[in-house]
Amino acid sequence: MEKFTTHAGLAVPMRISNIDTDQIISSAHLKRITRTGFEDALFEEWRKDPEFILNNPQYSTASILIAGANFGIGSSREHAVWALMDYGFKVVISSRFGDIFRGNSGKAGLLTAQVEQDLVDRLWSAVEAEPALTVSVDLEARMIRCGTLSVPFQIDDYTRWRFLEGLDDIGITLSHRDEIANFAKSRHDWMPRIN
Amino acid sequence: MGKTLVEKVWAEHVVRSADNEPDLLFIDLHLVHEVSSPQAFDGLRLAGRKVSRPDLTLATEDHNVPTLNIDQPIADPVSRIQIETLRKNCEEFDIHLYPLGSREQGIVHVIGPELGLTQPGMTIVCGDSHTSTHGAFGAIAFGIGTSEVEHVLATQTLSQARLKTMAVNVTGVLSPGVTSKDLALALIAQTGTGGGQGFAVEYRGVAIEKMSMESRMTLCNMSIEWGAKVGLIAPDQRTFEYLKGKKFSPKREDWDRVVEHWKSLATDSDAVFDKEIVIDASLVTPFVTWGTNPSQGVALSSKVPMPEDFASVAEQIDATKALEYMDLTPGTPMREIEIDTVFIGSCTNSRIEDFRAAAEVIRGRKVAKNTRLLVVPGSVRVRLEAEAEGLDSIFVDAGGEWRGAGCSMCLGMNPDKLKPGERSASTSNRNFEGRQGKGGRTHLVSPLVAAATAVMGHLAAPTDLPSEVRG
Repeated sequence: MEKFTTHAGLAVPMRISNIDTDQIISSAHLKRITRTGFEDALFEEWRKDPEFILNNPQYSTASILIAGANFGIGSSREHAVWALMDYGFKVVISSRFGDIFRGNSGKAGLLTAQVEQDLVDRLWSAVEAEPALTVSVDLEARMIRCGTLSVPFQIDDYTRWRFLEGLDDIGITLSHRDEIANFAKSRHDWMPRIN
Repeated sequence: MGKTLVEKVWAEHVVRSADNEPDLLFIDLHLVHEVSSPQAFDGLRLAGRKVSRPDLTLATEDHNVPTLNIDQPIADPVSRIQIETLRKNCEEFDIHLYPLGSREQGIVHVIGPELGLTQPGMTIVCGDSHTSTHGAFGAIAFGIGTSEVEHVLATQTLSQARLKTMAVNVTGVLSPGVTSKDLALALIAQTGTGGGQGFAVEYRGVAIEKMSMESRMTLCNMSIEWGAKVGLIAPDQRTFEYLKGKKFSPKREDWDRVVEHWKSLATDSDAVFDKEIVIDASLVTPFVTWGTNPSQGVALSSKVPMPEDFASVAEQIDATKALEYMDLTPGTPMREIEIDTVFIGSCTNSRIEDFRAAAEVIRGRKVAKNTRLLVVPGSVRVRLEAEAEGLDSIFVDAGGEWRGAGCSMCLGMNPDKLKPGERSASTSNRNFEGRQGKGGRTHLVSPLVAAATAVMGHLAAPTDLPSEVRG
């Protein structure tokens, strides 16, 4: 995973709540066996509507998505995270995320910044009024800055640390290999084994 | 102070705990399928890693497999490659696989319990959000993404932040004709899609104690639809009876001591939950969705709501958008909504009890002229059991289709899809836009409502059926 300290870019206001991962990427694209190349699949159905916000040329280079509450609910498909990243998003801001989506983002390297809904509203208004406004997301300070606005966001300490250091989760766990092996010896002997 | 069920099971699985770190949990069972695993196996290969515990890992083929002509090569080349990839990966990494055509094949969340692999007090994960289903046995079970699949394959552990605890106290009992699916849909309408976010929820109360294991699985399955990735129920006599004699259940000589342990997992009387909510089961009636997320539901006896009925602006916008997609007019009685396809299946409602209930409604009746009935068992075992009871003939004689096992029309990854504009009544778990096929419109229902709807051609409950129709 790449290190993440601060990201600055344009932000797209998506005033839709309850965006499920089926909308982010439909099941038709889940048959692929690769991890990249999902950018065209992102919001594929909604992008057919010329009015859809991602089709607004003012936001075409946006790398920060500001979405409504309950972003990423539903299916556990990590393809949703990959599609957002392949499209160019580095950060998603919402007042509440689906638990599994948030976990997947934390593993794959997409920053999910949780912000109070009234502050999401203010961010929406700011970038709608001035689409060229640069929004910066400072992970060190857990702060989003946008024009005169400074908005704090929440992210758990551990994910923040891994992002700041750019650390691979599996590598960290494997450094505890001995503890895992010791634990495994103490498991209940009746627990099922396949082979 | 006592502990809750989830706290006890969690504590038994903590490999490592440190300040400012999530706990490292040992995983007792990892279920693998074709869709969320290929990139995880690629990751292992790239890093030169092996599967840590093949003996705690089981794979099957369920999401994209066809339910017709299963003895022939898969027609869709992309699906076929994904299935072949799973087979190669399982062979390379020494993972046991129940492939299409095997007697044990089926939806991950149906085969785990029926094989006795799902047991109280376990930690179970799978790259599928409906893994919460296994919580019905008192296991901590949750869905994970592909990166976490890779993590579990490599380490047999997961780092997980401790979840908050919530009790869902179900008072009263369900009325006849009302199922755990109706209870789940009513609950989700009450909480919204995010009400359970961040929580492990425990369903409690007399209504839960009276439920069969199949009904409990349906309820726990739907936990993720209100945001709770873990939903569980304390193991009891019904749980033990269900597990006795199953293929992977504890051996007879271990049984008594194992059951003693399982009993000890129940939430202590003085335990405190972070949050408690109450729902009165006796007030729940057959419940159906009208919108494009599972919280947009009403009683079948009710009408399509107006956007103005909702309190917040966000909900009003959601409702407007959903009504447009669903092509519904506010004020329309739900019972007047005509249905093109009825789907009985999915990890939510594809177990033997579901088919018995649906068959009892359909027996001697005919599927409505303009309606199609698709019945898809969750596993080969369920299919064979239903066929032994003659349930398949009841559906087929009525004009329905009886298929092979798999996820099928729940998510439209195989050829079983809605056409654009088609409307379904579906016993599955999600009514998201396009979920069952591009442009398709989904109403989530119980198996009883699905069966009655197939006969009437519009949303209906068994009590709506004229008795004289029955042959």
